[in-house]
Amino acid sequence: MNSARLLLLGWALHFKMLSRSSFNSVLAVIYPGFFATVAFFLYREGNPHALLYASLGASVMGIWGATSTAAGGALQRERWHGTLELLVASPAHFSLVMLPVTLAMSTIGIYSMAATLAWGRIVFGVSLHIAHPLSFCLAVVVTVVAIGMCGFLLAVAFVRYRTAWALGNLLEYPVWLICGFLVPLSLFPGWVRPISWLLAPTWGMRAIREAAIGGSSLPDVGVCAGIGAAYTLIGVLVLGRLLHAARERATLALT
Amino acid sequence: MSGLRIFFIGGAIAYRGLFNWLSPWIFVPTFLVAPIFQILLFVYIGRSAHVRSDSFYVVGNALQYAAIPCVFAMSNTIAGERFQKTLGYILATPAGRLPLFLGRSLPVIVNGIFVSAFAFAVGGAIVGIHVPASAVGSLALVIAVCAASCTGLGLFSAALGLRVRETATLNNIVFGLLLVFCGTNVPLDELPGWMSFASQGMPLTHGIEAARRLAGGQSLGTVGGLIGAEALVGGAYGLLGFGLLRFMEWQSRRLATLETA
Repeated sequence: MNSARLLLLGWALHFKMLSRSSFNSVLAVIYPGFFATVAFFLYREGNPHALLYASLGASVMGIWGATSTAAGGALQRERWHGTLELLVASPAHFSLVMLPVTLAMSTIGIYSMAATLAWGRIVFGVSLHIAHPLSFCLAVVVTVVAIGMCGFLLAVAFVRYRTAWALGNLLEYPVWLICGFLVPLSLFPGWVRPISWLLAPTWGMRAIREAAIGGSSLPDVGVCAGIGAAYTLIGVLVLGRLLHAARERATLALT
Repeated sequence: MSGLRIFFIGGAIAYRGLFNWLSPWIFVPTFLVAPIFQILLFVYIGRSAHVRSDSFYVVGNALQYAAIPCVFAMSNTIAGERFQKTLGYILATPAGRLPLFLGRSLPVIVNGIFVSAFAFAVGGAIVGIHVPASAVGSLALVIAVCAASCTGLGLFSAALGLRVRETATLNNIVFGLLLVFCGTNVPLDELPGWMSFASQGMPLTHGIEAARRLAGGQSLGTVGGLIGAEALVGGAYGLLGFGLLRFMEWQSRRLATLETA
């Protein structure tokens, strides 16, 4: 119960803090919108029937965009604020402190998702008829949580790098590219597909599309949730090893 | 002589000291890898949407990516003085403002050229586009003009950075606007009229068009007007940026508002 309370309060607190940051909220909404606008122009010109496909894909891009760079630098930010040691030393497991941070980041992406869908509707006339609204909402929630969990894994994996934000930023385009947001996976060489299957956003994107067009989204939701849980488990294990090493060598501050 | 020293040596020192993205841990992912993925993203969207050739997206995105090193670096090397608490000292010196500020733009332009040329060469090789050997020199010239032009815009952004607190947000928005407006991925005649009109006053628009024509086999002479227009737009932004910097300096002395943002 204490863990659940910590997760919930941490998520709410960080969500409010991120909402006050122009970089993490305003830009997170606007920036994917530039890419979505270009995609709308291209699909409207060449393949108008795929505009709904592009609209849904562009909207989920924002969730990943809000998470990747920010999550990559999450621990470094605590370092700059001088709070990393205090958080690591707190009685709660450090993963329960960090997971709400990255979940809040991916939740901010919902703003971007809504803004992109509205932008597509108002400016490009892409009407969004959702066949299964409940399944759609479930798919969105699971995708947001899974991307937040992926962000958690990034955050802990980059703990030893002072410039972790750049590594997180680096992953923005590749995930946009190979998770089927705007480009069908069938267009990529065969060796790319197994990589995309290991990425939770691929399954989240499929689930959202299936729910929107009336297909069966539950299997994809299940896979997305499973991969997200695996990210968290790996993240917790990696974090344990890294914190142990940092304590042993006194390298947490990287000074 | 003193002005030259401030321009070259002072500019290089300021660039190295204030633009911390030169660390390999930032430089490689941000300047070498990310533009390749941006190119691939739009090449594949183009293939999926069945519009235009791969070459169109390679040229557009390789040149447009110069905006990242140029706008961000210019902003960091001038507005960064404020964050380092050294802006007051800089503005208290008797150094000429022209070499002081413009000297910082030279390394920025060189970096912009490198990033853009690297993205063009590697992105083009991955996707497999063919560029006539005779066009390589002319393309290098266009890349250089585009980098200089973006640096002019960067100077303007840097001046705004003396008043705007979130320069990273501002610069990302500038980058996004260039992505949408300048014909990077969508030809100007496919954009709404007002966007196409606005793009004429933005850096990169003419340079990207010139580079596409050169890659398509046209000669340097036929795109001379476009290159001239690109240089003119970049120069105008540079002048505007320098003027705004001087205005900010004058206003901050008058109202004691140097550190208000």
